[in-house]
Amino acid sequence: MFRRLPEARGEPLNFTLDGKPFSARSGDSVAAALLAAGIETCRATPVSGAPRGPYCMMGVCFECLVTIDGVGNRQGCLIPLSEGMRIETQQGARAIAQEVA
Amino acid sequence: MVAKTPASNETDIAVIGGGLVGSAIAWGLGRLGHAVTVLDEGDIAYRASRGNFALVWVQSKGLGMPEYAGWTKASAEQWPGFAAALHEETGLDVRYEQPGGFILCLSEAELEARRDAMMRLHNQPAMVKYPYEILDHAETKRRMPAIGPDVAGSSFCPLDGHVNSLRLFRALHQSFSRHGIDYRPEHDVQTITPLADGFEIIGAWGRLKAGKVVLAAGLGNARLGPMVGLHVPVKPSKGQIIVTEKAAPFLPHPVVTIRQTDEGGVMIGDSQEDLGFNTVVTNPVISTMAERAVRMFPVLGGLNVVRTWSALRVMTEDGFPIYDQSASYPGAFVATCHSGVTLAANHALTIAPLIAAGMFPEDRFGVFSARRFHVPAAA
Repeated sequence: MFRRLPEARGEPLNFTLDGKPFSARSGDSVAAALLAAGIETCRATPVSGAPRGPYCMMGVCFECLVTIDGVGNRQGCLIPLSEGMRIETQQGARAIAQEVA
Repeated sequence: MVAKTPASNETDIAVIGGGLVGSAIAWGLGRLGHAVTVLDEGDIAYRASRGNFALVWVQSKGLGMPEYAGWTKASAEQWPGFAAALHEETGLDVRYEQPGGFILCLSEAELEARRDAMMRLHNQPAMVKYPYEILDHAETKRRMPAIGPDVAGSSFCPLDGHVNSLRLFRALHQSFSRHGIDYRPEHDVQTITPLADGFEIIGAWGRLKAGKVVLAAGLGNARLGPMVGLHVPVKPSKGQIIVTEKAAPFLPHPVVTIRQTDEGGVMIGDSQEDLGFNTVVTNPVISTMAERAVRMFPVLGGLNVVRTWSALRVMTEDGFPIYDQSASYPGAFVATCHSGVTLAANHALTIAPLIAAGMFPEDRFGVFSARRFHVPAAA
């Protein structure tokens, strides 16, 4: 659905989504990296379980929530991707009790 | 805009105030078949019903007035039936739960003070007894694993619970039409004039004649009471609240200042300020509340706050409710309290039938009359 602009630059960065390896570029937000990799849904809502994906890309809609390095409910569009990030799709509500264990 | 049917200008019972207190009473009256009109200022009102903490709370209430402890306990006992009736009528589950509640203490001194307070409460003559426990850190931790090392201990009462109070408010309003209750928003009341056979109520919207009038206007009762011979000394008491993002359930019990809602958000409410009609959220208060909450449950430190707000409790000088009837103008009643959620079941199932019958019996309700504020300071 998305293609990078030909003039887009940046160093390659590696990350995983649900354990599978992907690559993107420095300067990408987590949400942009997911979209560029062809991933359109990143979570299931806590209420109905409906699929959701990055939407506003500017921090207001909270649709792009993902778990990053074990911490849930991160706004993917506001967090710059970094090398080796472990990103997970989030199914339902953030499980805070498991995070801190 | 023209209403489909012209609003009647006569009613059996006018309830002034459409918040939780007025709505619960109107619902109770409507179920009994009375013609009820609710005159509500609307959502521009200081709406404690939309800003409250949503506990159905028993422990810690009634020191200085044991009858209030009994009244509160009675409401907790009526809550399951009340919630079931609302569910049946509206299809809305207000999510009443009674898992028992904690008050957490962050030092040995706080725990001692808590133990003393519960002993003084329960040692009062005429106190209605109910079970409670004082727990040390280890036992509190066993029952609530998320507590932090700073928690010295707690008090626990199995009668405590909580509810989705926004859904409660909605359910009551949704049931109005079923009971033929005439709900009129944007109906601020300017004057109430006693007549030979009832009351005339006047606002910018027009006038309404009512056989009985029930003041359930929260802080507005202070102004309205004297018009019908009632003294209602209530003042605003500001409470500030934090709510976090929704998280998977991790708090199995409500704490008096922290609870996880049925939808997953965590509410933190731990303040009381006497600042008049002031609803500004202030950082010093919010940050103190957050700091104490994180000491109680360290896991909260990782949650995002999504909103803060403040609301005004409807508070009497002694903190107890007022239920009163006018001696000079029979048929005029007042019901006001700062626990419109906890006491909603009583208001619907006990207060409403008494108003319908025409009187709060002196033996049970004399203690709640505002006459208690008239006693000279020195005898």
